Amino acid sequence: MKKQFPLNHVVGFILSVVLTIFAVFIALETDFTTTIKLWIIGAFAIFQAFVQLIMFMHMTEGKAKVANIINISYSIFLAVVIVAGSIWILTTGHAAH
Amino acid sequence: MASQTSTPLEYSTKQNEMNILGFWIFLGAEIVLFSTLFATYFVLEQSHAGGPTQGDLFILKDVLIETFLLLTSSFTMGLAIHQMRDNNKSAMLVWTILTLLLGLGFLYFEINEFIHYVHEGLTMQTSAFGSAFFTLLGTHGLHVSLGIGWVVLLIIQVLRRGITAVTARKFFIVSLYWHFLDVVWIFIFTFVYLKGMM
Repeated sequence: MKKQFPLNHVVGFILSVVLTIFAVFIALETDFTTTIKLWIIGAFAIFQAFVQLIMFMHMTEGKAKVANIINISYSIFLAVVIVAGSIWILTTGHAAH
Repeated sequence: MASQTSTPLEYSTKQNEMNILGFWIFLGAEIVLFSTLFATYFVLEQSHAGGPTQGDLFILKDVLIETFLLLTSSFTMGLAIHQMRDNNKSAMLVWTILTLLLGLGFLYFEINEFIHYVHEGLTMQTSAFGSAFFTLLGTHGLHVSLGIGWVVLLIIQVLRRGITAVTARKFFIVSLYWHFLDVVWIFIFTFVYLKGMM
């Protein structure tokens, strides 16, 4: 018998599977506009990423957990600036000529 | 018993703690690396230059197979770490080998998918969409390939030396890397494949 059931991992896995299937359903089987679909499946993706960071990767354990959280938050901030900033600048016409 | 009450073995020395924190900082840099590739893809995804488009190429079934292979491999890697913390070497190795097989399955389907796209007329040279797509997906696939080699080396090390403070730390770090690849895949799946098929 196992000493401790890996509850975190099982819950994380089930949540990830459910979120993936929901995202497919929303994207391909519903009649929302493309923008609304993207917001919904984008939110699912971010939620799933956090599920895995916390439940699979134990981001919030260990003595360096505060440094970990600051480091990953800062990286996510940079990623958002790079992605949103690039799309914004290159699709609003400022770079057209 | 010890794994529930005291510090896990991989955190047991100052050196180990620093190595794990250092790897998290590397993963932060990886997030930024992938964000630049995603940004490039989002800017260029409509530049098909007369070549095939996302709608012509993507097949839901193949993408779902890849997604569930990689997601399950992330789960089994987590279970391997769980067994490592229970100091159960054989169970840990069984889950790790299962992880490797799932990872290899993922690579097999991804390579087949790339071959399919080339037959449909999309290469890196076809269009800006092709370049951005293969760079993003190829970088991820290369990371998975590297991870497979890394895990194989660590399996050999655990077989020869057992679960020690050093091998536990190395194994925990490779598990972080492996989970991270699945986190990147969530965004590829959502914003490249699902968006492309909508």
